[in-house]
Amino acid sequence: MTVDTVALRRLTATELRLFLRERVGPVFGVGFPLLLLVVFGNIPFFSRPGNGFDGAPLLYAYVPILVAFVAAMLALNALPPVLAGYRERGVLRRLRTTPVGAVRVLAAQLTITLLSAAVGVVLLLAVARIAFDVPLPHQPAGFAVAAALAALALTGIGLFVAAAAPTGRVANAVGSVLFYVMMFFAGLWLPLDAMPPVLRRVSEATPLGAAVRALTDASQGHWPHALQLGILAAYAVASGLAGARMFRWE
Amino acid sequence: MTAMIEVRNLQKRYGDTVAVEDVSFSVREGEIFGILGPNGAGKTTTVECVEGLRTPDRGEISVLGLDPRRDRAQLTQLLGVQLQEAQLPERLRVGEALALYRSFYRAPADVDALLDGLGLAAKRRTPFGKLSGGQKQRLSIALALVGAPRVAVLDELTTGLDPQARRDTWQLIEGVRARGVTILLVTHFMEEAERLCDRVALIDAGRVVAVDSPAALAERVQAEQRIQFRPSAPLDDRLITILPEVTGLVRRGDLVIVTGRGDVLGAVTSVLARNGIVAGHLRVEQANLEDAFVALTGRSTSDDR
Repeated sequence: MTVDTVALRRLTATELRLFLRERVGPVFGVGFPLLLLVVFGNIPFFSRPGNGFDGAPLLYAYVPILVAFVAAMLALNALPPVLAGYRERGVLRRLRTTPVGAVRVLAAQLTITLLSAAVGVVLLLAVARIAFDVPLPHQPAGFAVAAALAALALTGIGLFVAAAAPTGRVANAVGSVLFYVMMFFAGLWLPLDAMPPVLRRVSEATPLGAAVRALTDASQGHWPHALQLGILAAYAVASGLAGARMFRWE
Repeated sequence: MTAMIEVRNLQKRYGDTVAVEDVSFSVREGEIFGILGPNGAGKTTTVECVEGLRTPDRGEISVLGLDPRRDRAQLTQLLGVQLQEAQLPERLRVGEALALYRSFYRAPADVDALLDGLGLAAKRRTPFGKLSGGQKQRLSIALALVGAPRVAVLDELTTGLDPQARRDTWQLIEGVRARGVTILLVTHFMEEAERLCDRVALIDAGRVVAVDSPAALAERVQAEQRIQFRPSAPLDDRLITILPEVTGLVRRGDLVIVTGRGDVLGAVTSVLARNGIVAGHLRVEQANLEDAFVALTGRSTSDDR
């Protein structure tokens, strides 16, 4: 094994340890959506058949929304303050003077965000299935593709926020605002199918609206529409490129 | 002797402001070379170019024969860096930080020895955020040395430390040099440069004013010495003022203050000895680096620019 692989592995392991120690990601990104699922699942209104859409319980509609919640929380609330804070405190500058450079810490952070999102989503689906009888996605491959694209799009946006924000504090504030706006369009307060048509159109053009639509389709057994997958891919590429371009090390 | 660091006609601007106008110096193997100057003189920009963090607008830099920008991969293996105000994640522990940085290098130093030497052995499990200022600084030095570098660049090493911690750190740096590491030290503390550096480059307003050993720099500006003593018996002023080295004599109470050039101290003490007079409370005031700096630049190092 070369020094490079050892270093990258050590760097990722260290960042993961800090991520767990910091607790924001695990508690709010993984634990909180699970808690919401349990709360919703125990409200009879959510689990009674017919209260949702197409004759299904309302809880079914909320699983994709909570999947979006996991990705948004990790990518918008946990990631940007860490990266912007590292820049502010000179952590990145310090790494630039070493053989590994600072790009790798970015890579480690993105890896951790995507991995923890995957863990959060799998846990969510498992608890929904086991505790509340919500069927697993009928189109698993489509669901996985949609979830992966959604996570990439959100992580790209998180990277962009970290790149544009001058300090960790600003990154935190911008990330939180974006989180609430995006979760609104994802249907957390009003599911997409209950939105007026115009609002739904707008929602489906936002990253999380498109993600929830694609995830819902896949849950019901359809391959997600190319339009939504395209929107997600476009967000991922555009924000990722802009974020990488604008990212300053100091 | 080969130059470990060679900087020639370095220039660096930020927009319209010139940070470094024209800086040249060369650091020899095994020495502690100081870059000394007031805040804003261009010290940090200079070493950031040496570290490869910034691209010079003009001039040439070579460190161990390598180009800091082009040969980055090779150079980072051999160059240890301590940055001014670079921190670590709050919750990262001392031992974890060293293990992490150690994994970056092909031939790293021994972490246990490093921790012992820096007095951090008991702090292995302490998070960075819980360390005192001096401990953070020592950890920062440890991280600069964990790659077993041949050259270390230390920027404002003791700023913010209390006098005791500062002296401890100086001792430590002398220990590092004793192990054969060449050190480029940035400082605005005269005392630090005087105590540690073999040679010093005085930098002011982006230019090198002088390069020499601290003692030689002080000698350059040493126009006069002042000798002050309390004679044990009555002393005739003419015995002293007749000496060619003496330029003046005044009395303050029972104190005699003599000013003069060259070996005025030798001349005065032999006259006193010949007349059986003992010079009590003898004090000799010599120019120091601070005087040299003021004489060479026309301002004090504590002036902020």
